[in-house]
Amino acid sequence: MSILGTRVVRTEDPRLLTVGGSYVDDLRAPELTDAARVTFVRSPIAHALITGIDVSAAREAAGVVAVLTAADLDDLPPPPPDSGLTGTEGLPLPLGGPWAEPLFAVDRVRFVGEPVAIVITDDRYQGEDAAELVSVDYDPLPAVVGFDAAIAGESLLFPAAASNVAVTSGGPADAAAFDGCDVVVQRTIVNQRLAPVPLEGRAVAARWADGRLTVWVSTQNAQISRFIMAGAFGLDPDAIRVVAPDVGGGFGAKVGIDRDALIVAWAAKHIGRALRWAETRSENLVGMTHGRAQQHVIKIGGTREGRILAYRLDVVQDTGAYPRMGGFLPFLTNLMALGPYDIGHVEAAYRVVVTNTTPISAYRGAGRPEATAAIERAVDLFAAEIGMDPAQVRRINLIPPDKFPYSSPCGAVYDTGDYVAALDKVLAGAGYAELRAEQARRRERGDVLQLGIGLASYVEITAADANGGETARLDVHPDGTVTVYTGSSAHGQGHHTAWAMLVEAELGIEMAKVTVVHGDTDLIPMGVGTYASRSLQLGGVAVQRAAVDVKEQARQIAADMLEASEADLELDPERGLWQVRGDPATSKTWAEVAAHAGEAGLTAAVNYTEGQPTFPFGTHLALTEVDTETGKVRLLRHVTVDDAGTVLNPVLAEGQRHGGIAQGVAQALLEEMVYDTEGNPITGTLVDYAFITAAELPSFELLASETPATINPLGAKGIGEAGTIGATPATQNSVIDAVSHLGVRHIDMPATPPRVWAAISEARESR
Amino acid sequence: MKVTVTVNGSEVAAEVADRTLLVHFLRDVAGLTATNVGCDTSSCGACTVLLDGRSVKSCTVLAAQADGRDVVTVEGLASGPDEMHPVQRAFRAEHGLQCGFCTPGMVMATVSLLAENPSPTEDEVRSALEGNLCRCTGYHNIVRAVLAAAGDGKTAAQ
Repeated sequence: MSILGTRVVRTEDPRLLTVGGSYVDDLRAPELTDAARVTFVRSPIAHALITGIDVSAAREAAGVVAVLTAADLDDLPPPPPDSGLTGTEGLPLPLGGPWAEPLFAVDRVRFVGEPVAIVITDDRYQGEDAAELVSVDYDPLPAVVGFDAAIAGESLLFPAAASNVAVTSGGPADAAAFDGCDVVVQRTIVNQRLAPVPLEGRAVAARWADGRLTVWVSTQNAQISRFIMAGAFGLDPDAIRVVAPDVGGGFGAKVGIDRDALIVAWAAKHIGRALRWAETRSENLVGMTHGRAQQHVIKIGGTREGRILAYRLDVVQDTGAYPRMGGFLPFLTNLMALGPYDIGHVEAAYRVVVTNTTPISAYRGAGRPEATAAIERAVDLFAAEIGMDPAQVRRINLIPPDKFPYSSPCGAVYDTGDYVAALDKVLAGAGYAELRAEQARRRERGDVLQLGIGLASYVEITAADANGGETARLDVHPDGTVTVYTGSSAHGQGHHTAWAMLVEAELGIEMAKVTVVHGDTDLIPMGVGTYASRSLQLGGVAVQRAAVDVKEQARQIAADMLEASEADLELDPERGLWQVRGDPATSKTWAEVAAHAGEAGLTAAVNYTEGQPTFPFGTHLALTEVDTETGKVRLLRHVTVDDAGTVLNPVLAEGQRHGGIAQGVAQALLEEMVYDTEGNPITGTLVDYAFITAAELPSFELLASETPATINPLGAKGIGEAGTIGATPATQNSVIDAVSHLGVRHIDMPATPPRVWAAISEARESR
Repeated sequence: MKVTVTVNGSEVAAEVADRTLLVHFLRDVAGLTATNVGCDTSSCGACTVLLDGRSVKSCTVLAAQADGRDVVTVEGLASGPDEMHPVQRAFRAEHGLQCGFCTPGMVMATVSLLAENPSPTEDEVRSALEGNLCRCTGYHNIVRAVLAAAGDGKTAAQ
């Protein structure tokens, strides 16, 4: 029986559990023994002109090796010419030209936390002391905070751009689109700004020696990091080695290498000394990119019988101080605006605006949770308006199974799915009818604690850049062991376990003999890495393809060894032995075959690309209890179907779902990165930022469903981001459902006690 | 100042700056890097170790305060590379870790919890681990691991 699809515990864990991972700050490599510490001097003001920087006192402080500012950036290539990409849709590139982001702030700061200088010291405590001595003169400018202020444009972040709107996409509303509707509902809602908060913050170590730069960085993409640095520093890619050691979580915020890490790598080269930087959490909360930060105007219309006829989504993406992801995140939001529904007329548009806040980038889901949140709120608003059960409205409008592949008017082609089945499975698993009956009893009695039942049905896109592909190399050694070199990049997902399972399944070589290597550009020059739920369906398939290639080579070698024809040879997958068909006495081990392979070795390299993305789907149901006197919400149950095709290892897939669900619930109930009107972050520590804990969550109820993808041989779709996509709107809808009988129709996230209480009070007053 | 701490059964002595935090003493002086720093406000618990048998956040203890005392880190739990502590075994069996960064602190907090309450309920586990943050697991499998370790301990004791 194949190991694929079985519950295999992770090979990574014994090391992580007994001696701990080897994260950047743990590295004790000889090249880093003399590494000095980097401490950043960051802007304490959201928007200001820099009128002077005095580093003389800091340079005299104990232990200081160097103090560097923009004035020291004299050894970088000129910035690339204006690419003219302003206004370009769908590319995850920072905008250049007037929107270009420097390394150190030059003459203007645009967000609290922006790097102004670094202090390099022999030890970490000296750095904190010396950084205090860097004196920067700021001439404050009016801060731009929030969607409306950005669009109003009374203060401009980039005067040369003459606007705070960096990208615009999508056409004007079709005036006739909602003409045939009995009911039309429109609402402005906010998908709030979140901090990703991987438990390991950003960290980098760098060393310049013998004309070569080695950079150890906590990243999801070693190869992309190398590409970025080659451009930024004007170096040949071969002159750079990037190593991604253990990475303590990424969640999209560690895609590539960011500005602060680039500064450290540059500084190591500039002063010729090995350097190390591991940010503090307070730095992380303002310096690492944030996620979400969209405002939506949703408009939905349909018949009183529950058929949705038209939907429009207008997005304003607050991209923070620099448009690092350009128009990419809201492009994905628009691409998935339709959700899982068969709606005749759909429109979507977006604008990207800059504000004096931390830049926005990917965060688990990256534009797709926002799309799902928008339409799932819209569907519930529509259901409430026509007085129909929201489950029934979903059932009426979900794309039926006989319509796949389904071409969405938003541009996506949904590959496979049975959306109604996912909904029904969740309703049955949760005991929906009984929950509604209990809710009715509590409403009847006028209980203080009211029950909310929230649904979200979703479809998402994974491996959106499938044509970017992924690499794998597989070597079978003469001792019978295997090394897999993967371009994919693990940071908690369990790639090493999954890739070893693929090798065992294909070659019959037990997992214990398989070593997986990732994240070192000297060993793996070409690769893409991990984001967009792409790893298994691209990187995993690449490993499987490499194994198949090696198997065919081995067949030839074994045939030669056994003096038989290739067609007569077979691999016994249980024992991992080659033999003439039906004659076990002739068997050859993998070690023997590999030893016979000659100088070329038994090896295969694959760059697997796919022509199209995949579209996982599912339904989440959140059961909440809302205290109508205090507004406090408790999540009682969370029941989900997340169908991501054929499951390779249920242990890993469930783990991905669990983590995403918690982050989704966190957005719905607790977390928000808040700024005051002057652009000061007021949730800049973990005391203030409401990171979700074990005490605020129940155990989750996961239901199994596997509708294979048809485009790849594993039948796999991505599972990394399903949790945030489904759980966020299900939980938000649940809170609103709990108090809908009181007249509440909407509560923005996070549904904190003050917000819930205010919504209840307002609804009661208006009755 | 001179600080002497018994770490995982071995005496570690060093001359350190007065303000040296215990977590930095463990990582930089004792060379034990499993204990991580995840925040600067005593919120996340990644740095949790046992100090005289009780869990503390080692980012909030000065090395000087540990002078003459006994510290156990996750490196001190297993009796050998293949002989994991029951809590470590349970975390692996239940997939109670993903990126591994919170894990050493989470494991030590669990060891401390089970020493105080050998048979916790799920609610008690969730409440006890409120000061240990994890971004990867949603806590689901961590809670299962703690409950499994508690069950394991009971079986072993009987």
